[in-house]
Amino acid sequence: MSSVSQTFMKLFRGSSGPETVPAQGSPKLTRRSSGLGELSRSWESAENLCVLDLGSTSPANIRHFTEHGHRIYSEDLLTASTDPELLTKDEQGNAILDSRKFLADNLVYPAAHFDVVFCWNLPDYLHESLVKPVVGRLWSVLKPGGMLLAFFHTRDAGPDSPCHRFHIIGADTLEMQKIVLRREARRGPTGAVHTAISDGFQLQRVFNNRHIENLFRDFASIKFFLARDNVREVLVVR
Amino acid sequence: MSTPASGLAQIGKSVVIKGELSGSEDLYLDGQVEGSIALKGNSLTVGPNGQVKASIDAKGVVVQGRLEGNIQASDRVDLRKSATVTGDITAQRISIEEGAFLKGKVDIHRSDGK
Repeated sequence: MSSVSQTFMKLFRGSSGPETVPAQGSPKLTRRSSGLGELSRSWESAENLCVLDLGSTSPANIRHFTEHGHRIYSEDLLTASTDPELLTKDEQGNAILDSRKFLADNLVYPAAHFDVVFCWNLPDYLHESLVKPVVGRLWSVLKPGGMLLAFFHTRDAGPDSPCHRFHIIGADTLEMQKIVLRREARRGPTGAVHTAISDGFQLQRVFNNRHIENLFRDFASIKFFLARDNVREVLVVR
Repeated sequence: MSTPASGLAQIGKSVVIKGELSGSEDLYLDGQVEGSIALKGNSLTVGPNGQVKASIDAKGVVVQGRLEGNIQASDRVDLRKSATVTGDITAQRISIEEGAFLKGKVDIHRSDGK
């Protein structure tokens, strides 16, 4: 598993920060999603839904929801978590991320604001120190009865499972695109040119069912869908 | 990257403006602006070097650079692949290129009431 300090030493603290982009030329994979299918059925006759997409900016997802008359918020939490200013140390001197600062700058919404939250594979790739605080914040910004969809790798997926972004292309169909961080040359405030490089996001942990239930213990209900590609889809209701 | 057409009002990349910007013609902005921009009935293009911290009220908005602020467009918003936008977007139509970054809300209000 990657260490926080190794990840940040590879990132340039530029005026704009790193940006995630899909791997150039990587094939887009299509997968059926039972969790998405169940969500789609639940909102078939719904109007003016308020949706939160926590993956990297997806034109497809924005189009999908706005064409149906819904509002969608886009917030790439995984990229936001790579901000070098989040780096701090715990009491033991271990490198962690400042969850208070992270939540002061991200996921800032009114309470009970969203009908649906798409977490995608965020908990699998987000740094340990941010996972529970983020889930706690998501609980508070979801409306009672609101739903959250998250994907978790099973142990069979392997430690090198690539991080994907997900595009909704049908009621129960997703397109997956591998994410890499972009190599960029930026001119800093002194005029010197710096280059950001990265290995991309690495799987931080493998949740078992009990861990997932514990993570979402404040939610009213939880449903698991096991997919053939070693991914466990989880649909929770606040 | 699109370049501004001749006859278009332009703010070059070395220009820094703080305050309220308003006008009745299309504007190509490649510099730094902080404040608010009102171009009702006209279009705003934020060029690739543009760095804008302002609320925008225009007919159409094209973003190639960096924008922090809300966009209210009576017609269309285009985020090009080099765009970095932090703010909420309200428009009749929107186009987002692959690679564009958006942190905020997208709310489409069509003129037919839908």
